[in-house]
Amino acid sequence: MFLKDYINDVYGAVKSLLVGMRRTGYYFTHHKEIITQQYPDNRATLDLPERFKGEVVMPHDANNEHRCTGCTACELACPNGTIKVITKFEVNAEGKKKKAIDKLVYHLELCTMCNLCVVACPSDAIKMAQTFEHSVYDRSEFTKVLNNPGSKIMEGVE
Amino acid sequence: MWSLQKIANTIHEWLNTTFNSTIATTIEMVIAGVAVITLFALLGLVLVLMERRIAAWMQIRLGPNRVGPQGLLQSMADTIKLLVKEGLTPNGADKFLFNLAPFIAMIVAMLLMAPIAFAKDFQLWDLNIGVLYISSVSSIMVISILMAGWSSNNKYSLMGAMRSGAQIVSYELSAGLAILTIIVPIGSLQFSEIVQSQVNGWWIFKGHIPAIIAFVIFMIAVTAETNRAPFDLAEAESELTAGFHTEYSGMKFALFFLSEYVNVFIVCAVGATLFLGGWMPFHIGHWESFNHMMDYIPSSVWFFGKTFALIFLIMWFRWTFPRLRIDQLLNLEWKYLLPISMFNLLLMTALAILGWYF
Repeated sequence: MFLKDYINDVYGAVKSLLVGMRRTGYYFTHHKEIITQQYPDNRATLDLPERFKGEVVMPHDANNEHRCTGCTACELACPNGTIKVITKFEVNAEGKKKKAIDKLVYHLELCTMCNLCVVACPSDAIKMAQTFEHSVYDRSEFTKVLNNPGSKIMEGVE
Repeated sequence: MWSLQKIANTIHEWLNTTFNSTIATTIEMVIAGVAVITLFALLGLVLVLMERRIAAWMQIRLGPNRVGPQGLLQSMADTIKLLVKEGLTPNGADKFLFNLAPFIAMIVAMLLMAPIAFAKDFQLWDLNIGVLYISSVSSIMVISILMAGWSSNNKYSLMGAMRSGAQIVSYELSAGLAILTIIVPIGSLQFSEIVQSQVNGWWIFKGHIPAIIAFVIFMIAVTAETNRAPFDLAEAESELTAGFHTEYSGMKFALFFLSEYVNVFIVCAVGATLFLGGWMPFHIGHWESFNHMMDYIPSSVWFFGKTFALIFLIMWFRWTFPRLRIDQLLNLEWKYLLPISMFNLLLMTALAILGWYF
């Protein structure tokens, strides 16, 4: 009985090692599997994975309209105070006062790309962009205003 | 036909006609020494690059490809970097032993080159106990590692050196038994006779199952003996930074690095000689025309081809298997490899007595 276990042990060990070697051998012979990208050379054709998160942006449509209602859910969700929502009151066509954003200030230097603000946003106003060449010469350039100047909220977004 | 043997003979004859025999022998020794050092340098350059490219491809990476065409000059650049680096000796170290250790590692590797048959009749020293010589001299390697670990005056270096000592001492056994398994049917320890005995087929084919088991055990044991992953506890980057060569820098580190690769080459050369016929071309029993065709490939090509195939196998091990813990390492040797190789030796002896091999 002992001998049987012993032989089974050896057999199982050799088999599992061979499985591993088969995998690495497959990668060794199949160079198309290589995932390394020669970055500065292929800047134009860079293939980034879907889940890569570079910075928070606010998409605007052709009429320079965004979907942000100024609810500050993103500001509350942010664990390190990266986002600051500055609101104002706008008078709409019916003469009613309505809350809107003046500026959505985003501090890239504080951001950890945790995605919590994007998850928290009830109206899908912000998303993660795949840019990553963030180096600048002055620290103040990291403080960004996400909404375009003169932009306003899209029709129908509450 | 061009061959290494012919070049050696031409040089030998020319020296003996030009000088008297004492001077001729001295010059020949110098030439042999220079040739060995050149081979070392070339092996260092080639194997380091080979290792890095293979590692990269196995890990779905590209590897060094910037210096020179396809990164071929990468190891050259690394060598220049190591040459110009400062060889620092720590203050608390035993300075004499600290500086001696890398040279012992190197000298052991050089001594091991002596009995290896690189091509047909091309050998530095065909002594009649070649295999015994290799297995005994290679165990001096552990002294240099212990010396480096001890003299560094560093806990982790010492720990790495001690592990390495335990490892080499125990794996020497199964490597020796695996070699013996092949020596039994050959009945000689001389390299030229070992190669000659494989004229009608390599031992891995002629020796049936025992030879295959011995080959596997030999490859595992020599991987452990050369301190390479999955048995690289002596270095164990993630635990002991670099183990016994933590404190070494510059060219002294490079000597350890080089001796590791040269040792890999040597053990693979021994493995190729014992199991795959050394420089002997691929022969099948009595297929005269086939054997004759194989003879047209130069013997040095056969030798280096087989050796590099085994080196590739060892590199494949390194980049596939995870590192063993020290207790697992000793378990593997004493509970598995040693009993199996003893049983295997018995089996081979029975086979040899009954004459059941080809």
